[in-house]
This record gives sequence, C-alpha cells and structure tokens, in this order.
Amino acid sequence: MNFGFTEEQDLLREAARRFIEQRCPIGEVRRLAETEKGFSAEIWQEMARLGWLGLTLPEAHGGSGLGWIDLVVILEETGRGLVPSPLPASTLAATAILENGDAAQHGRWLPALAAGSRIGTVALMEEGGALDPRRIGVRGVRDGDGFVLSGRKTLVSDPTSADLFVVSFRCGDGPDDVALAVVEAGAPGVVAKSFPLIDATKRLGNLDLDGARIRGDQVLGAAGGAAARITRLLNQCAIAVTAEMAGAAERALRITVDYANERTQFGQPIGHFQGVKHPLAEMYVDIESFKSLLYYAAWALENRPHEVSRYASLAKAYATDAFVRTGIDSIQLHGATGFTVEYDIQLYFKRSKWARPMFGDAAAHYERALALRGV
Amino acid sequence: MDFDLTPEEEAFRSEVREFLAANLPPPAERSKLGADFINEWWRKIREKRWIGFDWPREMGGGGGTVMQQYILKEEMLNAKAPPLGSDYTGLGWVGPAVIQFGTDEQRKRFLPDILDSKSAWCTGYSEPGVGSDLASLRCRAVRDGDDYVVNGQKIWISLAHIGTGIYTMVRTDPDVSKYDGISCLLIPLNTPGIEVRPIKSFAGDHFKDLYNEVFFHDVRVPVANRVGREGQGWEILCSALQRERSGIAEVNRHHKALERLIKLAATSRIAGEPALENMEMRKRLAAFDARIEACRLTGLRVLTRQVQGKLGDSDASIGKLHNCNLLVAMSETAMELLGGASPYLGDTEASVGRGKWQIGALGWPTTVIGGGTPNIQKNIIAERILGLPKD
Ligand SMILES: Cc1cc2nc3c(=O)[nH]c(=O)nc-3n(C[C@H](O)[C@H](O)[C@H](O)COP(=O)(O)OP(=O)(O)OC[C@H]3O[C@@H](n4cnc5c(N)ncnc54)[C@H](O)[C@@H]3O)c2cc1C
Repeated sequence: MNFGFTEEQDLLREAARRFIEQRCPIGEVRRLAETEKGFSAEIWQEMARLGWLGLTLPEAHGGSGLGWIDLVVILEETGRGLVPSPLPASTLAATAILENGDAAQHGRWLPALAAGSRIGTVALMEEGGALDPRRIGVRGVRDGDGFVLSGRKTLVSDPTSADLFVVSFRCGDGPDDVALAVVEAGAPGVVAKSFPLIDATKRLGNLDLDGARIRGDQVLGAAGGAAARITRLLNQCAIAVTAEMAGAAERALRITVDYANERTQFGQPIGHFQGVKHPLAEMYVDIESFKSLLYYAAWALENRPHEVSRYASLAKAYATDAFVRTGIDSIQLHGATGFTVEYDIQLYFKRSKWARPMFGDAAAHYERALALRGV
Repeated sequence: MDFDLTPEEEAFRSEVREFLAANLPPPAERSKLGADFINEWWRKIREKRWIGFDWPREMGGGGGTVMQQYILKEEMLNAKAPPLGSDYTGLGWVGPAVIQFGTDEQRKRFLPDILDSKSAWCTGYSEPGVGSDLASLRCRAVRDGDDYVVNGQKIWISLAHIGTGIYTMVRTDPDVSKYDGISCLLIPLNTPGIEVRPIKSFAGDHFKDLYNEVFFHDVRVPVANRVGREGQGWEILCSALQRERSGIAEVNRHHKALERLIKLAATSRIAGEPALENMEMRKRLAAFDARIEACRLTGLRVLTRQVQGKLGDSDASIGKLHNCNLLVAMSETAMELLGGASPYLGDTEASVGRGKWQIGALGWPTTVIGGGTPNIQKNIIAERILGLPKD
C-alpha cells in the first residue's frame, strides 16, 4: 500500500506549474477574464500539444494514456493558477464518450477533443441540484432511431465555447429510463447561454433544449438503464472540481501566509498574532483533509468503483465548506487590502463562489453520503 | 498511489487473521477467563514477536516493517483484540527512546520487561509551572559521583500510582539555553525519596486515579540510567511526542462512536420532529463521517511518508486536531440528542444507553489537553509547516 504520488507525477506537477507560471501568470488570467471568450486560443493549443486535453484518453485516440491521479495533478495546478480554459469540461466530456460510447463514436469525437480542435462540455445538472439520476427532468421522446430532447440543463461550463454537450436525459417513465447523448452546438432547438459570474475567470450558463433532435448514433450506450453510468460521470465531475478547488485553496492559503509574514502592525508581522496564525493553521488542516478524501476518490475510480460515490461526496462536501471558509478568512486576514481589485486574493475568494454549487453543493453531497450508508 | 496491499502484505494480513481466528476467544468467554486469558494472550503474541513488532529483532522485537505494523494494529482493532502488550508508554516511546538513544546495557535492562508486560512506565514532563512551554522545565538533577540527585516536582503524571518507573525530563544544566540543559532519566518508582500523590479529576468514577503528582526529594539516580547524552533530553522528548501519533486507534473509536450516534439520532427528536429528518442534524452527522475518513486517509498519507523516510516533525498535529474536534463535537451532539436524559449520570432509569455519552462529555480533556492542547498544535502547524513567526 502506498498513498503518495509517483516520481513521474511529481515531475508532471512541476512541469505543469512551470508552464502555467510562464504562459498564464495571474496578469494573463486577469486579461483573459475580460475577454468575451474567456480563454486564450494559443494556450489552448499548447495544452493540446502537451497532451493535457486528452490526458486520460488512450493513445489510439490521440490521448496521453495516463490515469485519473495524473488528471488530478493537472487540475490542481490549473486550479492553483486559476487558468481560464475549458480543459476540465472538455476532459469530462471526453471521459463520458470514452467510457460510454462505441468505436465509431470514439473515432468521431475523441481525437478532435484530444487535439483541441473541438471543445466538449457536460450538461448533467438541473434546477434543484439533485444528484440522483432518477430525478432527471430533461425528456427525450423517441423519434425514429433517435430522440427529440426538451428541457433545461444548468451550471453548464463553457456553454458558448463548447462544440458538443454530453447531456443526460429521461427516455421513459421508469426510474432507470435515463440515457446519455452527445448534443451538437448550433443544431436546431439547441440554445446555450452564458451569464455574468462572480468569478470572471470561468464561463457558466444554461443549455436549453427545445425540440432538439439527436440521431441514434449520438446516444452513448443503450438508451435506458444508464443511471449507474450517469452517477459515475457525475462522480468524475465532482472529483475534477474538487481537484481544482484543492489547488486554488492551497494558493489562497499561501498568498495569505505570505501577506501575514510581510504586513507589519504593532511592530511585528501580523502572522505573529495567534488570531491570524491559528485560522491559517485551520485552513491548512482542512485543505490537507479534503485532499486526502479527493485522492482516495480518484484512486477508487479505477480501483474500487463501488466506493467512488461515497468518497466523491465526502470530498466535494468537505471541500465546499472548507474552500468557502478559506475564501472569507483569507480576505479578512488581508484587511482592507483584501477588498481591493488589485490584490489577487479576491480572485480566489471569488473562485470559491463558483465552486460551491458545481456538481452538487455540500448539502447535496452530504445527503448522498448519508443515503449511501442507509441513513 | 495504490491502496491495495502487496502480495507480501496480503500474506501477512492472512497470517494475522488466521492467528486471531485460532487464538482469540469470543468476548463473553474472555471475560469469564479474566486474567488467565490476558496473560495467556500476551504470552502467545509475544511468542509471535508481535509485541514491539517494529523493534529490531536483536533487541527482542519483531523486525516488522512500518506497513506490517499498521496491518497488525488494524487487524487487532477489527477483531476487538486486547492491546499489544500492557506497557503502553514503554512500547510507545520509552522503549523506542532506549533503542534510538540508549546503550546496549540499557537495552538489555529495560526492553525485555516492556515486551513481557512486566514494567509500566509513565511519562514525567509536566510540572506545576510548566505545561505547554515544556522546555522551561525546572525539576533539577545535580551530578554527584556516579549518581544524579533529583529534586523537584512533576504533575499530571498518568498512571504513576500503578507504574514501575518514570521516564523523566530533568534540568541538568541551568546555565545553557533552555533546550540544551535538559536530560532524560529512567527512574524506578520505588527509588527512595519519590512520593506519588493521586489527583482526582472531575470526571468521576470512570476516570478515577487517572493522574498524579510526583515529588522527588534527594532521589539518587545512577548516571547509568540517563538515556542519551547529558543535554540531549529535548531531542528525545520531541521524537517521543511524534510517536504518540499513529492515530488509527482513534479513528476506529470515532467510527464506532458515529455509528452509535446515528442510532441515537434515529430514536431522538428535535423540537418534536424525528432528529433524522432535521437537515441541520443530518449535515452535522455526514460532516463527522467526512472528517473521520479524512483523518484516516490523512493518517495513511503520513504513513506513506514514514515508509519513504520523509516524515515531517509536525505530521501528527493534523490528526490530533481532528481527534480533539471530533471527540468534543460528537459527544456534545449526543448530549443534545439525549435532551432531558442528558444531565443524568450513570446507568439508571433516567439515563439512556447506560450513561455512556455522559462519560465522553466529561472525559474529553484526557485527549484534548493531554499530550499538548489544540492551540499548541495550531502553533506547530503555523510555525513549522506554514513558516509563520514563532510565538
Ligand atoms: C488527562 C491528562 C493526562 C496527562 N498526563 C500527563 C503525563 O502522563 N505526563 C505529563 O508530563 N503530562 C501529562 N499531562 C499534562 C499535559 O501534557 C498538559 O496539561 C498540557 O501540555 C497543557 O499544559 P498545562 O495544563 O500546564 O496548560 P497551560 O500550558 O498552562 O495552558 C493553559 C491554556 O493556555 C493555552 N496556551 C498555553 N500556551 C499557549 C500559547 N503559546 N499559545 C496559545 N495558547 C496557549 C493552552 O492551549 C491552554 O488552553 C496530562 C494532562 C491531562 C489532562
């Protein structure tokens, strides 16, 4: 047994951190946040060349053939740098297609996603925020070999950049009559809309389906009986968000520790006061704790499939509360400086507002963890 | 990252399981056998070299790896087996200090009794004016020929009233820095001039005779009983405090407590409604689950660093803080759920569950204050890990 990263993973992390520091430092993040698209096409291409966009895809599909722990490493680093890009969303869409699609579907979409020539995203959440696939409301009505889809998906990442959406929908009245399909952007009845966010480095919005027709070859796997597969995808999404949160929360802590060592009041660095140093120690404990849950959940994806839901939920729930608290405490410990647009800490505070509801808030995940233990 | 056991680790686990199946009687039978059972049990696991399993074989230990030791402890806890030996402190940090810093003669003299559950060491750090700031300790040892003469007082010494020896930090040199003037003496408690006076805790019968004052009046201790060099005491103490780690026993205890807490919630009401339908209570229970699991998994990350020889000197503090929080928060949640039954002490018709939760609600200082308070753990993290200024 071994609960550490491999040397290769440490190197991957170092390389990622260096790349982000050089190509997408925080000034660039701020600049991109102001643009309409919200990310840089050049950096996107470079990430494709580094193999990050198809990190967990097999080499046969243009991927790097790495595993979920490696992906967690990359997402921690993009989260740490607040790198604006559809990398997380597109990776999750590719994962869904890889795990649920057939050979033809793999060939049609995966190489393009790995190369970055197309961008994917997932549209799983709906109003109310339920995690249970049995409560999916978007409906698909049989139409020849395909379906006609209607309903709204919420909290869709990168809605206006995405070329394709992996959508969950209801295809019958039984609890497990649910399915996954790839919906193409711009098709009739498909409207994706992005709205202004507290965290300007992200893009988020709705996918409205109004009589959108999909062919049979857009359905991933069998239509119906997909509840377990949708749950697995949702777990992967929750794990990915938690990895981004881990990197961001660590960076927020580091920024605040540095400030506490620099800022002097009453003749000494404020980090000398326990009212400052103890909340920082508590942040550290919380961040290390949810990282432990995160790493186990990511490992379980490939090694203990039946444990994934429990640990993904414990990780996302713990992380959500901890990151929100880290955001608020970090600002407070900066004093008035923390309230300025100029200091970077505000960007991390705002990131915690984005992270809270993504793929289930703390309440939803704690509820699911309880249900899983029969309470 | 790989949570599966290696084939060798798996084989060792099977060995432990088979041994337990063959040798550990069910709890009811154990209590009938009483002392006979426990003595026989210790003899058997001693034969397997599972007491002091991670000590070197040439010193009477089992030469087990860190991972094997972890597997052994986990299997023993799962089987609800008695502890691995009775000399908790001896096995925990006195023996390891002798192994790391002692002489061959000391190893021959002290280690066998620890392994055979014949000694019962206690720990003498704290003094009336010396708590969190341990390095300021004053209990004085003055060299006189082949002896030290010890004068002073220790306080809050757990188990000294039933102990055989006290592992004591004393000041041998008052003229150097407070860290450099401390030495470590192993003092038999039957040495003339030692007086042990029990202190009563408020927690009542369940925690009675917990800790003591220990007075030293011109106590002569042979220099041969000093572990390490004169002035090496602080280093020995820091390494011993790290050994109070492991934490897996704690996690096991929290898991069981949470199960009991959920059962209690299932039969309790909050403002007239079933407690398990109260959203705030549900979130609280699930958050306990998350923290216990986080504590367990963080412990495994620490274990991995230990195997790789990369253990940090503050790795124990995260677990300690979680333990403190969980213990108090879970027992207070239980008291809340017990409602009108919560103030009653003991097993009466007014109490629920034989008054077990009340014991927890009174006894938490053993965990929270003993071994260093939460504030001190936060200082350690802030200063040693995050690099903030020292207090
Ligand atoms: C059940 C039990 C068993 C024990 N067994 C033993 C034993 O066997 N051997 C032994 O040597 N000792 C033992 N102790 C003593 C224990 O180690 C000390 O009680 C503990 O280290 C705290 O010291 P103190 O009680 O003197 O409190 P103090 O150090 O006086 O602290 C009082 C309060 O002030 C806070 N405080 C102190 N300094 C700081 C600071 N720098 N920053 C912020 N807050 C601070 C503390 O957190 C605490 O809340 C035992 C204690 C208990 C309760």
